[in-house]
Amino acid sequence: MSLLEAQGVTAFYGDFQALYGIDLTVEEGETVAVIGSNGAGKSSFLRALIGLQVAARDSVRLDGQAIGGLPAHQVVGLGLALVPEGRRLFPSLTVEENLLIGAYAGRPGPWNLARLYALFPILEERRHSPGTALSGGQQQMVAIGRALMSNPRLLLCDELSLGLAPIIIRDIYAALPGIKAEGTSVLVVEQDVGQAMRVADRLYCFQEGRVSLAGRPDELTREQISLAYFGI
Amino acid sequence: MAEWINTLLQGVLLGGLYSLFATGLALSFGVMRMINIAHGDFAILAAFAAIAVVEPLGLSPWMTLLVIVPLMGGFGYVLQRLVLNRTLGHDILPPLLVTFGLSIMIQNLLLVSFSADTRSLNVGELGTASVLLGGDVAVGVLPLIIMAVAVGVLVGLQWLFSATSLGRAFRAASDDREAAQLMGINNRHIYGVAMALAMAIVAIAGIFLAIRANISPADGPARLLYAFEAVIIGGLGSLWGTLAGGVILGVAQSIGLKADPGWGILAGHLAFLAVLVVRPNGLFARTRDR
Repeated sequence: MSLLEAQGVTAFYGDFQALYGIDLTVEEGETVAVIGSNGAGKSSFLRALIGLQVAARDSVRLDGQAIGGLPAHQVVGLGLALVPEGRRLFPSLTVEENLLIGAYAGRPGPWNLARLYALFPILEERRHSPGTALSGGQQQMVAIGRALMSNPRLLLCDELSLGLAPIIIRDIYAALPGIKAEGTSVLVVEQDVGQAMRVADRLYCFQEGRVSLAGRPDELTREQISLAYFGI
Repeated sequence: MAEWINTLLQGVLLGGLYSLFATGLALSFGVMRMINIAHGDFAILAAFAAIAVVEPLGLSPWMTLLVIVPLMGGFGYVLQRLVLNRTLGHDILPPLLVTFGLSIMIQNLLLVSFSADTRSLNVGELGTASVLLGGDVAVGVLPLIIMAVAVGVLVGLQWLFSATSLGRAFRAASDDREAAQLMGINNRHIYGVAMALAMAIVAIAGIFLAIRANISPADGPARLLYAFEAVIIGGLGSLWGTLAGGVILGVAQSIGLKADPGWGILAGHLAFLAVLVVRPNGLFARTRDR
């Protein structure tokens, strides 16, 4: 049984259909990347998984349990966590409070403040600053840490590299092995294909709300990816 | 001279009662971004509930707090979950209209049940007892108790907001509802708890009001107005600002009353307008604009 099994996930914004039946799986311990251009439906897919977007109950299964369409606060309690696009830190909370609120659901697991400060030492130095006073890269670390504090079985990351300098992106992605080492599986959505190819065990490409390509990075050719990504 | 000091002290202590009225309003605005037009009526409702139980249960007016405050808290939670949560969204009008409707319903319900006569809770000698501070300066014991409770409520809320998991959830849900859900926070429950707290605090205010003065079923809107003024003078979103706002309002009213018995209320409104002119965001507003 796969850790995450998405089958025929659809999403609508009013009359506009954003997803046309996405099939995707993530195995325990895997890092899976979803690539695709702007508007391909990557973020909508993550929102459907976590419960911010309406989804059919059986279309999303976590460890066999049907969780599609459950409210987000329940899904988080069951072991999914999302690092949202744009980070969305709480402005009236300090760095440490932002991290602590991640543990609100109270799931047991390996992640706690000490473990996170070991992963991102700069956050311990800045722990009493308002979350939004940090640099973009540091804010992204807080957003990742906040999601990890809920001790998810699967961490969903939406566009970690958005708006960050390449050297910062490298630092952020350098934390991924440490996250996997604790047994947390990861599903990343990326526009940066090179970055996605480097970190992923498997890759999915979305185009206009459908899966246009799936496979292991080393088995896919440039031409295949280019065709699946741009449709030309 | 002593007369003026007395006037000032009375005004400051009256601010304690206004602060109690304002705190619940500030809380529901701070957490849910919701303006509760029925806030004053809930206070009067709690006061009449206390008047209704004081004789049949053979309680002292103080003991009614132990009964009515938890009851009103529970009522607040249920009301938020069943009614008010459904009005929350991008549009600020639905909660205004629904709580306005509640305000009318409560006033009429009280009118039918208790008639338009004024009523109060009698605490005997304590109601008029005072402490001599020296010279001719004296303060009432009851206003002192009310001020102490107001400060105690604010200290408790300050602790709740800054040091507890529930307080962090309040602030997170206020900052960003959707991101709060991603933390496993059930916003509907959190809003229910916030309304329970607001309702419990305004119940204390209502019962104190009935101990201090006569009340009638139509008194709610005037109480709401003072609470609004205290919140806005203090600055939206600032807890301690409500105490400062209440005290400024109380002092202005006392001074106005001293000048002429008809000027008390007017002086309060004038002080409110003066603060609006000088500091449109209030004295202690959080600088973050949303």
